[in-house]
Amino acid sequence: MHSIVEIGNLSKSYRRGGQIVPVLEDLTFDIMAGDFIALMGPSGSGKSTLLNLIAGIDKPDHGTLRVGGIDITALSESELADWRARNVGFIFQFYNLMPVLTAYENIELPLLLTRLSGSERREHVETALAMVGLTDRMAHYPSELSGGQQQRVAIARAIITDPTILVADEPTGDLDRVSAEDVLTLMARLNAELGKTIIMVTHDQHAAQKAHHIRQLDKGVLLSSAA
Amino acid sequence: MYLLKLILRNALRHKLRTGLTMLGIIVAVLAFGLLQTVVDAWYAGAQSASSARLVTRSSISLMFPLPLSYEGRIRGVAGVQAVARTNWFGAIYREPRNFFAQFAVSDNYLDLYPEFVLPDDQRQAYLRDRKGCLIGRQLADQYGFKVGAVLPLRGTIYPGNWEFVVRGIFDGVDETKVTRQMLFHWEYFNETLKQRTPRRGDQVGVYVLGIDNPDNAAAISRAVDQTFSNSLAETLTETEQAFQLGFVAMSNEIIAAIRVVSYVVILIIMAVMANTMAMSARERSAEYATLKVLGFGPGFIALLIFGESFAICAIGGVLGVAATAPAAALFKDLAGNVFPIFQVSSHTLLLQTACMLLIGIAAAIVPAIRASRIRIVEGLRAIG
Amino acid sequence: MSIPLSYIARNLWTRRLTTALTAGGLALVVYVFATVLMLDAGLKRTLVTTGEYDNVVAIRKGAETEIQSGINRDQASIIEMHGAVAGGANGERMASKETVVLISLIRRGDHKPSNVIIRGTAVIGLALRPQVKLAEGRMFRAGSTEIIVGSNIASRFEGTRIGGRLRFAQRDWTVVGIFDAGGSGFDSEIWGDVDQLMQSFRRTAYSTMVVRLVDAGLYDRFRADIDTDPRLTNEVKREQVFYSDQSRALSTFITILGMTLSIIFSIGATIGAMITMYASVASRVAEIGTLRALGFKRGSILWAFLAEALLLGLAGGVIGLALASLMQFASFSTVNFQTFADLSFRFVLTPAIGLKTLAFSAVMGVIGGFLPAVRAARLNIVDALRAI
Repeated sequence: MHSIVEIGNLSKSYRRGGQIVPVLEDLTFDIMAGDFIALMGPSGSGKSTLLNLIAGIDKPDHGTLRVGGIDITALSESELADWRARNVGFIFQFYNLMPVLTAYENIELPLLLTRLSGSERREHVETALAMVGLTDRMAHYPSELSGGQQQRVAIARAIITDPTILVADEPTGDLDRVSAEDVLTLMARLNAELGKTIIMVTHDQHAAQKAHHIRQLDKGVLLSSAA
Repeated sequence: MYLLKLILRNALRHKLRTGLTMLGIIVAVLAFGLLQTVVDAWYAGAQSASSARLVTRSSISLMFPLPLSYEGRIRGVAGVQAVARTNWFGAIYREPRNFFAQFAVSDNYLDLYPEFVLPDDQRQAYLRDRKGCLIGRQLADQYGFKVGAVLPLRGTIYPGNWEFVVRGIFDGVDETKVTRQMLFHWEYFNETLKQRTPRRGDQVGVYVLGIDNPDNAAAISRAVDQTFSNSLAETLTETEQAFQLGFVAMSNEIIAAIRVVSYVVILIIMAVMANTMAMSARERSAEYATLKVLGFGPGFIALLIFGESFAICAIGGVLGVAATAPAAALFKDLAGNVFPIFQVSSHTLLLQTACMLLIGIAAAIVPAIRASRIRIVEGLRAIG
Repeated sequence: MSIPLSYIARNLWTRRLTTALTAGGLALVVYVFATVLMLDAGLKRTLVTTGEYDNVVAIRKGAETEIQSGINRDQASIIEMHGAVAGGANGERMASKETVVLISLIRRGDHKPSNVIIRGTAVIGLALRPQVKLAEGRMFRAGSTEIIVGSNIASRFEGTRIGGRLRFAQRDWTVVGIFDAGGSGFDSEIWGDVDQLMQSFRRTAYSTMVVRLVDAGLYDRFRADIDTDPRLTNEVKREQVFYSDQSRALSTFITILGMTLSIIFSIGATIGAMITMYASVASRVAEIGTLRALGFKRGSILWAFLAEALLLGLAGGVIGLALASLMQFASFSTVNFQTFADLSFRFVLTPAIGLKTLAFSAVMGVIGGFLPAVRAARLNIVDALRAI
């Protein structure tokens, strides 16, 4: 086992109404490849910020951040975009699907950034649809799907480019119990069967139980680690 | 294909808003086209004028006639093949608002205007009747003048009541020819005038000259004017086209104003379109942020917005361009007596298309820049 | 219970870009609308101030313009001696016998010819028109080939500055003065000695005659006398009426063209307002639900959105009017369709035009806002609240 995410002395603060508000302070820890960890903590603890930093959609003020051996703090805006397209899969609380695209087209979207041919794309999308169990819903628009189904489409979209890590921000936050259970099971399967490293932010204790490790953040500081 | 689908579906997301915007673009492109056509119509008289005919008038102004004795001397100038006399009559048919052109013309006038086509029997009938007159087709259609009808006019420049009998109706050789005038015998006009106000007789408003070769127009004009320099009535000779353009130039500030205003409507709709795009782009910040998360660059997002703006403008614009010709025909029917020639030129259609493209691009600039610069973390927060 | 205006205004301010674009579109329409009204007002003012209320113009019966008119010498003396015509301080009659012809001059800017009225008159002609004052130089001398030019002529035509020479009717004429006719039509004319001009143009008859009446109330009797006198083929008109009649065709043309444009353009801008107001309603569904839950009635919601549209329209109106008011510094010149002479006039902004313009902008706003406001008012509370 090797570290896929290496975080060293990471700090991040925001400017809010002229005041500088520290969000993360001097954070250091690693995440092992193939791990499934849950980041927990109260509102404003910095857990979502940390997730955004790891995913390369936000930049830290200080410190090092290596993902898959690459120092992503040194990448330019467009290098970062390419990097995300290849290495990171996203799962959002509100799914963030394109409302004008069907389930099939939403899943296909990230493949537009690859050089795959049309038939190769179709093969990938169909595999992903089968994996999340929505083959029969592929022509539906997001507005015609339930929350759980939408989140499964989003998960299919996240894995379609075969990224090394998956980041999920409150993936069950908008779902009922049964749907949440489905989504968590699916994520656990991706971790177990495909070996995806998963980093999940949640405030739901039940969801966190599905992870291998739980990390607690409070006021930008890592508290403890629990199995 | 995928991109096109995404753009078109985005454009149709707010059907009401897109529909209203398109309607606005149709109205604007249409209005622009009609205004350009109005400007063209202004010049139509000059465009249908010939450069193979010269017009000789008093150098003081058009209001001053030339002596009848000039006719023979003009005919003597080398290169002049025919000389016709015409006088602007300016009388009123029933009411002052029924304005149309009337000219007293010598009988060889028709020979100089082959673009006016008249059946031979009507021509003979006209030549036989001293009080006969000829009516252009457009004029005949407007007032319903028929061959054989009596046409009473009340003089303003030449006072008194005048009566004419319609002996023929002439057509233009093609659609670009203005046939909104009445012609009658100069001899009858002159004799009547001599009886009523003798000192106003034997005076010619302008002479129309037929020349052997249009290339010699400048030299012949100079020769004619030299013949009469330092005489009681000096002349000014120019091609018929220049003569007509002189009329147009007198109202050139009105034409300039119409031109400016035709671009104002484009600006108006540009503001409307820019607003539509700004609102759409703002509502979709979260989607654009998501696309960025997935690895799409700012160029892709700008392309989405430009494409959408463009699609709306293209559909609206094409409908507007397509509607221009029928609308122009309708306008001509409604305001027939103002513009005898009202045809949409290909130049106008081209300008309309250019304006439509301009609207599409200009409207998308600010929203596209804003959306492509959006910071992912903030964009994601703007979830609706 | 109604929703306060400050709340409504703040909503417009919050969405500045959209508000600015929509108001900008409206402003352009308003600008066109106001400019047309100002042009027409300017034209009318120019031609009305050309006439003095107690002056009367005598012309040949049926003539519509001075150019078409003719009065021979005998007729002129009969009219001049009529009892209603005022006498001057030195015993002369307050009557100016004038000749009016069109000459073609070259414009300064584009070197194209345009027709200009040249009026042959005498010192009495100036006395009859108190609005005409010499601004520069001096009056022409009687019996000379000197001329004075109106301010619009001096600024727009070649060879019309003091000392300049114009050649027409086989003579050279020297410009010795520039007069200011207070924005009236005379500013677009050239004046010279009546006898010299008639001689040069080989005229034996005058064109028109302007007389001052002893009392403006004598007009009807004067007119009747001239009408019925068997020796005369003339008619008289009040000077003001005569000149404003001459602008009728041009004024009608400007008004019809301008109003047609304004209406067509207003469709575009109203659509803009409608789009904006629909978006305003759509983005505030939850807010509308909350207001309704707090006890605001449908009527209040309707009023709030209509008022927002009204404010939007007025914002456009004020901007457009401000733009249009700058046009007061510009002047416009064109050929008058009735006289064939060049005429310059200014854009005149009157309070009535200001009010009409603002009303027009408000109407565009309200029409644009009506359907969206109805939609807002008809929202169901429960559905609206669920949109949070």
